[in-house]
Amino acid sequence: MPYIEVYEVSHAYDTPSGRVAGVVGVSFGIEPSEFLCLVGPSGCGKSTLLNIIAGFLSPTSGEVRIGGRVVTGQGLDRGVVFQDFAQLFPWRTALRNVAFGLEMKGVPKNEREEIAMEQLKLVKLEKFAHAYPHHLSGGMQQRVAIARALAYNPGVLLMDEPFAALDALTRDDMQRLLSDVWRKTHKTVVYVTHNVAEAVFLADRVLVMTPHPGRVKTEIAIRLPRPRDPLSIEFLDCQKELLRHLVEPTPIGKDAPRNGGIA
Amino acid sequence: MSASETARSRYRSLVALAVMAGAYEGLARSGAFPSALLPTLPAVAEALLMGVADGTLLRHAASTLYRVLVGLGLAVLVGVPLGVLMGRLRAVESFVLPLASALMPIPSLAWVPVFILWFGLGNATAIGIVVYAALFPMLLNAWSGVRSVNPLWLRAGGSMGAGPADLFRKVIIPGSSPFIIAGLRQAFMRAWIAVVGAEMLAASDWGLGWVIFDAKEFLKADTMLASLAVIGLLGFAFERWVFGALERATVQRWGMVRAGKG
Ligand SMILES: Nc1ncnc2c1ncn2[C@@H]1O[C@H](COP(=O)(O)OP(=O)(O)OP(=O)(O)O)[C@@H](O)[C@H]1O
Ligand SMILES: [Mg+2]
Repeated sequence: MPYIEVYEVSHAYDTPSGRVAGVVGVSFGIEPSEFLCLVGPSGCGKSTLLNIIAGFLSPTSGEVRIGGRVVTGQGLDRGVVFQDFAQLFPWRTALRNVAFGLEMKGVPKNEREEIAMEQLKLVKLEKFAHAYPHHLSGGMQQRVAIARALAYNPGVLLMDEPFAALDALTRDDMQRLLSDVWRKTHKTVVYVTHNVAEAVFLADRVLVMTPHPGRVKTEIAIRLPRPRDPLSIEFLDCQKELLRHLVEPTPIGKDAPRNGGIA
Repeated sequence: MSASETARSRYRSLVALAVMAGAYEGLARSGAFPSALLPTLPAVAEALLMGVADGTLLRHAASTLYRVLVGLGLAVLVGVPLGVLMGRLRAVESFVLPLASALMPIPSLAWVPVFILWFGLGNATAIGIVVYAALFPMLLNAWSGVRSVNPLWLRAGGSMGAGPADLFRKVIIPGSSPFIIAGLRQAFMRAWIAVVGAEMLAASDWGLGWVIFDAKEFLKADTMLASLAVIGLLGFAFERWVFGALERATVQRWGMVRAGKG
């Protein structure tokens, strides 16, 4: 049975000009320790879906279950990383940002700073433990955010385009780092992106969504061995296949096709 | 800012002060006004030194400062939580905002006779006036501060298990600290202005405002000017060193506001 079950989830936003659909009737499952990428055109509802899984938004209909329990709000079983660098608390050092979740759990100071330091080591930032966020580069701030989301040991990591605002070189580094962290920690990851190469590099499985209002169009398993070489023929084939699904018009009146996986 | 720029801006402030002092001294020595009404700077300085030496001026200053700090403390204790609640709860906002908008434009000095009627002469009235003067800047700045808190911080805090009390103490208050510190500065200034007026009417025996009012009876212009100088200096010192230091140790250090020039 999947660890996370998204069942017939829809969400409509109330706006001054009426209700706007965010996502419509989306269903899928995520296995324990699976790395799942959500890709789709801008505005299709990826962030909406992630925010529902995170418990920031409640679905207008349908439900999300994690480990069999229905999600009703935010919870310590999920860590969240956003796209915006400003997500860190500017008034706390990197270390104290990372320790925040443990502080909320009531872990004593020494112990939580020790754990936070280990997390910073995991993202190679132990030297900057006592720096304030505004003295860190964008990539470093995102790494702190990842360490912070992992520190209180949630089973699930939810990430919404965490590297989209970084330059290409830094982004490559960060993807490798995240891939390593994931293999070491065995988290279940839901990762939103609209970068096809990023999805192929990171994911076990990629869900492709239709343009707004988003539904699941197809899913593709990426069966390449890790660490992946973005310049290999197989990698490029995967990328092409994914791109094809992203750009092809949605067949009308048909259910989303299931792709058995490639490569 | 570079060291040479700092030195230059210091130098400019000193020149401005010297020019003003020189102009005053020229006028005082010109003989156009009786020296009892327009004492020379050395005479004012002497009154100032005498007052410091025998401790009276220090005690006056301490009384005034005490009233301001107690009043400011109360205004912070009430204004910040209420402002935060206004920013978070529509019901509190729509209840408090009209009240604040109606009360704020009334000069605090206008309340002094009313407060005397209610609380009598003395500290209670002076502190009450300070609270009145300081409350609205605190309240409104805290309210703006809460609304400026990045929603991502609230989401991040909530997803890490922070309940309402932790969100308030560890996310909302530090998140709105640039506004709260700005409010503190405004509140102190307004309190400082208000307390002198309140002391003139309501204080007995101690307080810088009271000295000025009392010295008028004896035509002691030098004492009046010396007290004015103390009022100005203390206000300046607080603004510059207390609040300046607070800002440097917090919001500037955190990169939430940039350093000012000068
Ligand atoms: N706060 C909001 N209020 C009203 N409508 C919204 C809001 N947020 C999103 N929407 C609508 O919901 C749809 C899905 O938005 P969402 O942010 O989930 O898209 P996305 O797939 O994350 O896009 P992007 O790739 O650009 O981040 C959008 O078309 C938008 O019109
Ligand atoms: Mg988005």
